[in-house]
Amino acid sequence: MLSKEEMQEIEVEAARYETRQAAAIDAMRIVQDRRGWVSDEAVRDLAGFLDMSPAELDGVASFYNQIFRRQVGRHVIQVCDSVSCWLMGYEPLRERLIRMLGAGMGETTADGRFTLLPVVCLGACDRAPVMLVDEDLHTNIDPDQLDTILDKYR
Amino acid sequence: METPLTANIQPGRRPPDIKAYRQAGGYRALREAVLKMRPEEVTQAVKDANLKGRGGAGFDAGLKWSFVPMGEKAAGPKYVAVNADEMEPGAFKDRLLMEGDPHQLIEGTALESYAIQADVAYIFLRREYHLAARLLQQAIAEAYDSGCLGQGILGSDYSLDIHLHISGGRYMSGEETGMLNAIEGRRANPRAKPPYPQVSGLWGNPTVVNNVETVCNLPHIVNNGAAWFRSLSLTAEGGTKIYGASGRVRRPGTWELPMGTPLRELVEEHAGGMQEGYRLRGIIPGGASTEFLTPAQLDVKMDFASVEAAGSRLGTGTIIVLDDRSCPVGMTLNLEQFFLRESCGWCTPCWGGLQYAVELLAGIEAGAGRMEDLDTLDSLAAMLAPGHTFCALAPGAAEPLGSALRYFREDFERHIREQRCPWSS
Ligand SMILES: Cc1cc2nc3c(=O)[nH]c(=O)nc-3n(C[C@H](O)[C@H](O)[C@H](O)COP(=O)(O)O)c2cc1C
Ligand code: SF4
Repeated sequence: MLSKEEMQEIEVEAARYETRQAAAIDAMRIVQDRRGWVSDEAVRDLAGFLDMSPAELDGVASFYNQIFRRQVGRHVIQVCDSVSCWLMGYEPLRERLIRMLGAGMGETTADGRFTLLPVVCLGACDRAPVMLVDEDLHTNIDPDQLDTILDKYR
Repeated sequence: METPLTANIQPGRRPPDIKAYRQAGGYRALREAVLKMRPEEVTQAVKDANLKGRGGAGFDAGLKWSFVPMGEKAAGPKYVAVNADEMEPGAFKDRLLMEGDPHQLIEGTALESYAIQADVAYIFLRREYHLAARLLQQAIAEAYDSGCLGQGILGSDYSLDIHLHISGGRYMSGEETGMLNAIEGRRANPRAKPPYPQVSGLWGNPTVVNNVETVCNLPHIVNNGAAWFRSLSLTAEGGTKIYGASGRVRRPGTWELPMGTPLRELVEEHAGGMQEGYRLRGIIPGGASTEFLTPAQLDVKMDFASVEAAGSRLGTGTIIVLDDRSCPVGMTLNLEQFFLRESCGWCTPCWGGLQYAVELLAGIEAGAGRMEDLDTLDSLAAMLAPGHTFCALAPGAAEPLGSALRYFREDFERHIREQRCPWSS
């Protein structure tokens, strides 16, 4: 079930477009911001709310990499794997992260604290290598500092 | 040297709020336009300025707008969509403009909207730019509160709404017609052209899409005139350009410089040359989808026409520097993996071709390549080139692939001869 707040926020977005369907991506973001991800049940509820079929909305959801259709950890680490970061040390950074977390790309740590994902160029190439933890951009990362960086995400 | 785009930008400091922006002359151009200029006059000024689109293709901005139906009989509503998706690997200039001076983008968007008489404008922002999202939301709210947006802008009879649309991700969302689908709440597959968006875009209505940097130039063109704008440049293409450099240079960063600044000046002066112990092997001049240039081509002027004459494209103008301690095959593999992951899967030459190319490149990099793989890769690069696919993603993928095979042939062959990557220890 969608909460009253979720429905209100989605209505605000829907009023900005010519059709209700246009709010689909906003609606899934609104749900994800509150619940961490977009479950099958949420897709069904949102589809009904936006006058779409669940299959159609799921088709939209599955196109976009920032819409999570599986449960994620309390914090999401997105490591840039594009060319400038590759040149500046993405691979050692990735290896260290995987070792530290005991979780590979696309996986969540056993304690549910972190999900590790690759992401396209984060547009901070002059400060490579970079990663996003939740909404925070970390730049010029030295793998030796990872402990300190991740410590504040409990 | 004038730097209009970054005049208000102080790295590490909060961007100007509307009060500070207005004190620095902000929203004067918008007032002038909505109160004293006809929409067509704004378009004419932009045409005269010779402003080439900064999203990568360099299409003339004023010319693009001139295809929008105008006048009383033109059916509404009309739309502007500002492309703030910036997902091209190696591109990091729009972030600077949005985080550094969000009101400049709002004012530019309003000017463009006025020129085509749009009713609504969307700023299409990639999800990962969280700081830019907060700053733009705030700037939009301030602009409404002070009458720069909404009903009867600045005392005129022109009304405009600007909304921030936060994307769901994927590189294809930045392709012009993919973006239209994304805004409509669909998968970001591209649309067939014609009809062009200027005639039939969002929900079948006239829509103009422009890049953030393109739009940020508009207040300055209206304030200072086309002749001034053209005089900023070293070449025929008007204005300044936000250039940038990443890779093993001494001072990676962004710089606002005259359009047409030579590549050598970017690399050697602004970026400070190569880091100690690294030598220059090649340069991708404008994001992942542009061809490699070689150190012998450093004298190329960085504008759209000159880089094209040199066999590549200016693209986003943010250069990626390949050094001698990084493997060119590995770099090409990384680039093609990006294109494969981001391909929307609509056309077989793109999706299937990239799949095959990545397999072969990965094999060569891992020491399992065969010489005939290089011929196959050549023909895959030709298949991805313009003319065989629905959108420009595949041709973009062909550019680094084809040029790497040409310029770094020796390195590819060495991988195959030695059955290993000479760069991996
Ligand atoms: C796959 C693909 C991705 C693109 N991504 C972007 C982008 O993130 N930002 C952008 O401004 N243009 C992007 N473009 C170019 C747009 O299609 C379009 O040409 C541009 O936004 C027009 O703006 P301009 O005329 O001001 O340059 C992309 C093109 C393709 C083929
Ligand atoms: S070229 Fe690639 S990304 Fe573009 S429409 Fe075809 S499959 Fe999709």
